[in-house]
Amino acid sequence: MARKSTHTRKIAVTIIAWAIGFVIFFPILWTILMSFKSEGDAIKAPMAMLAAPWSFESYAEVQARSNYSLHFMNSVILSVGSTLLALIIAVPAAWAMAFVPGKRTKDLLMWMLSTKMMPAVGVLVPMYLIFRNFGLLDSRSGLVVVLTLINLPIVIWMLYTYFKEIPGEILEAARMDGASLRAEILYVLTPMAVPGIASTMLLNIILAWNEAFWTLQLTTHDAAPLTQFIASYSSPEGLFYAKLSAASTMAIAPILILGWFSQKQLVRGLTFGAVK
Amino acid sequence: MKMTLRALFGATVSLTLAGAAMAETTITVATVNNGDMIRMQGLMDDFYAKNPDIKVNWVTLEENALRQKVTTDIATKGGQFDVLTIGTYEVPIWGKAGWLVSLNDLPADYDAADLLPAIAGGLTVDGNLYASPFYGESSMVMYRKDLMEAAGLTMPDAPTWADIKAAAAAMTDKDKEQYGICLRGKAGWGENMAFLTAMSNSFGAKWFDMDWHAQFDQKPWADTLAFYLDLMNNYGPPGASNNGFNENLALFQQGHCGMWIDATVAASFVTGKDSTVGDKVGFALAPDNGLGKRGNWLWAWSLAIPAGTQKADAAKAFVNWATNKDYLALVASKEGWANVPPGTRSSLYANEEYAKIPFAKMTLDSINAADPTHPTVDPVPYTGVQFVAIPEFQGIATAVGQQFSAALAGTTSAADALAAAQALTTTEMTKAGYVK
Repeated sequence: MARKSTHTRKIAVTIIAWAIGFVIFFPILWTILMSFKSEGDAIKAPMAMLAAPWSFESYAEVQARSNYSLHFMNSVILSVGSTLLALIIAVPAAWAMAFVPGKRTKDLLMWMLSTKMMPAVGVLVPMYLIFRNFGLLDSRSGLVVVLTLINLPIVIWMLYTYFKEIPGEILEAARMDGASLRAEILYVLTPMAVPGIASTMLLNIILAWNEAFWTLQLTTHDAAPLTQFIASYSSPEGLFYAKLSAASTMAIAPILILGWFSQKQLVRGLTFGAVK
Repeated sequence: MKMTLRALFGATVSLTLAGAAMAETTITVATVNNGDMIRMQGLMDDFYAKNPDIKVNWVTLEENALRQKVTTDIATKGGQFDVLTIGTYEVPIWGKAGWLVSLNDLPADYDAADLLPAIAGGLTVDGNLYASPFYGESSMVMYRKDLMEAAGLTMPDAPTWADIKAAAAAMTDKDKEQYGICLRGKAGWGENMAFLTAMSNSFGAKWFDMDWHAQFDQKPWADTLAFYLDLMNNYGPPGASNNGFNENLALFQQGHCGMWIDATVAASFVTGKDSTVGDKVGFALAPDNGLGKRGNWLWAWSLAIPAGTQKADAAKAFVNWATNKDYLALVASKEGWANVPPGTRSSLYANEEYAKIPFAKMTLDSINAADPTHPTVDPVPYTGVQFVAIPEFQGIATAVGQQFSAALAGTTSAADALAAAQALTTTEMTKAGYVK
């Protein structure tokens, strides 16, 4: 009896989970479907739109009108670059906070997180002036630094939480065997924390890929990533839904595929500890 | 030896100068994503043939994103753009602030005298033309001729609001998802407030009196809002408080609207290939109430040059090309007269071929019916038909628009929405120093 009720519950939970997943995924699914319709069909009622013939015309037009490869490469450079830079800073910082905490470590962690609570537009003008004065407007290097800084608190927090799970005795043993600090972090801590670092890295790449405030404000042409590619197809005076959907699909496809293949790693890193 | 050195030096100098003369100047143009602007990007070969030493980088963004970005750039003298696409709202404010380069010295073939006076007037400050209009628009009534005929009605060329209400009532058949009238309801200074401000002018309302006191507590505004809510609640589509230009365009194209009062630029869409009612659309002037002002607006997307640019000459060459009479002829030759950017030049409307376009005359009449310098029945201290040309207007009008949109959605009453609009406008105008 108890087994039957557990089984029914499992089925119910599975159905609910799939339903929630479908609701969350539905806008993306609809965008993809709409991208394969003509502009005229895209504005029809939902069932009429689905029944309309499939078409690649929006993709062809988007491809002809925009330099997708430039925007794509910029997105790759910005997201990977900012992630690597963030890890270089965050791994030693998280190590220090996890294994040699000071009196103010907790306060420091909370302060770092508090920087995420301020709306970005609040510092738009000072940031813009700094970028202008250093000649960094529309440059990838400037944007890599900005994306690193805005995601750094999350990266440090994630790594800190993960490192806390690793028993300090293992590192102590390495030290007793004569390992230097660098060797301890590189050869003992890092290999044990690979799942955590990988999931942090993936999450950071996704966050940087989707960042749409600073990437729109601080770039014009040369450093503009896919967020600007999408924004260029949004129009308040004209129905370009099919082309906007095609541009959105082209922009999210790479990160969607990356997320799909790495979801196990991502979930494992986010939900399990280092030594479990 | 001396001769050889001299010859070498001379050759080097010549090559350097030639190189400098041949050097390519790259300008960055910020623009919005609409049909006319996209068409221009497809015709750039003509510009490059005439200006081989200038390269153009395009930055195309959604209107609000573009506005925020170019405002930040121009206010901080960031210098990211050499040509900006801006509207009639920004030009007087930015021109006055010294943020734009005067275009009074464009070449003679630009022919500034050919610009439509109403459009040029909105882009001129103290005798300086600060932006060159790329396309101009007003608003007008677009209606279904077949539904009017079936109802036994005829739409006058210059209808009153009473005519509009009678037509909306006659054409509404909610069982068939056919609504007599579709109007903007989505909150925003450029959305519902563009329509309602223009409409209020024809009801004798105004945003401010001569001392900058808000006027939402006056009868004309109460009449405007009451009439609008009555029209939309009885004859409008469901969920109208979420409808902006694009949503209404989709509804009209799918045959769900008997009438739509909106931008004249929509005429080419509702009669275009994506419209299911393209051959059944008639046009009329925006309505009035017999007070001498019609409920139509005036807008022009224009090209301006920020004062911070280092490439003003190249930018002027581009602006001259894109807004010259020759450009209109170029578009006509490549894409047909129906696709020529409308509403900027008198010569276009004198052209016999263009006069054959069904909405050409009504567009011109609508533009001529708007007067941005005297927008209201009573005198006011501001310019602008569907906006007030002060920097604070965007924020205030969006907040007021939220109140009116809530009244349309039924979450607040008309009286409460007007009271809230009066209070918040008074607070902001006092804070900004207009009200002493």
